[in-house]
Amino acid sequence: MKAKFLVPLALFLVLAGFLGYGLQLNPREVPSPLVDKPAPQFRLATLAAADTALGVADMRGEVWLLNVWASWCVSCREEHPVLMELARDKVVPLVGLNYKDTRPEAIAWLEAHGDPYTASVVDADGRVGIDYGVYGVPETFLIDRQGVIRYKHIGPVTREAVRDVLLPKIAELSRAS
Amino acid sequence: MRASSFRHLLPSAVSAALFTLILAVAPPQAFAADEAAPLVTDPQLEERVMDLSHKLRCLVCQNQSIAESNAPLALDLRNQVREQLAAGKSEEAVVDYLVARYGDFVLYLPPFKGTTLLLWLGPALLLVAGAGWLGWRLRRRAEEVRSAPHLTRDERARARALLDGTSPGTSPSSEEPRS
Repeated sequence: MKAKFLVPLALFLVLAGFLGYGLQLNPREVPSPLVDKPAPQFRLATLAAADTALGVADMRGEVWLLNVWASWCVSCREEHPVLMELARDKVVPLVGLNYKDTRPEAIAWLEAHGDPYTASVVDADGRVGIDYGVYGVPETFLIDRQGVIRYKHIGPVTREAVRDVLLPKIAELSRAS
Repeated sequence: MRASSFRHLLPSAVSAALFTLILAVAPPQAFAADEAAPLVTDPQLEERVMDLSHKLRCLVCQNQSIAESNAPLALDLRNQVREQLAAGKSEEAVVDYLVARYGDFVLYLPPFKGTTLLLWLGPALLLVAGAGWLGWRLRRRAEEVRSAPHLTRDERARARALLDGTSPGTSPSSEEPRS
């Protein structure tokens, strides 16, 4: 009973603990229900040539990354060097989903900054983006050989994210049949 | 966006001035036109779209529904809702469509399930715990009052004398100790 005066202090510490934990969370990161689900199918014209199409089915049997990008997207510039490194090291095929962009602007952007993509497909009206639950560009999906989404990275891909998350996951998925 | 040059600015300033001038000189009847034509072809459908849109959270500006938000994604999602409702899908089917892509997060009314148990039952638990604690405290206080030491008649008289400032024993109180 002597320690009764400590009760408010204890309550405060508990509350502060919860709030402190809350501060560490990123409210912008909405967990995707698509992880461990088959990647939504699409078949879209590539950015390089409007008469050739590329779809999820074409990537079957490969571990690959789908990166949602746009020339109007500022954070895409931030992750661009990281993607260039990934492409240089030829880790996995990197398919770009050019989201709600115009063809000339997208092509100009790639010419100005460099093209890390194995291929980019054009999602001009953002339909495929909605199928993938895209709500902020850039977003990156890691898809396995069976065409199942294994991981979603929201926001610009950082070197740390590549080193600590993407590469280990890619290695794991590549080992699996 | 590129900063627009004065070349672009000038015509708009001129036309704004012209417009103001027309407004000023034209008789008011000139503007008493018919009611504005409805912007949508199917007001009933639009009502359903808006009803549903108010229950769906925009993922870009997370404290707005997709009905309120002007984010491009909210516009796209509204169009999706409209398109699918127009195609004859039920409200539930459209909600399922969005939940499959964006998760329960798009719902302002989260479903009742394992992970949301605390969210739904937490307030009730707090209420029950609070009421229990209050009841316990009240009962304990009643107990304390009942078991508090009673004063004898002499003690009571002495206390009264002390409080009144008179010497004890001179005027014993006639008051009976309350039980």
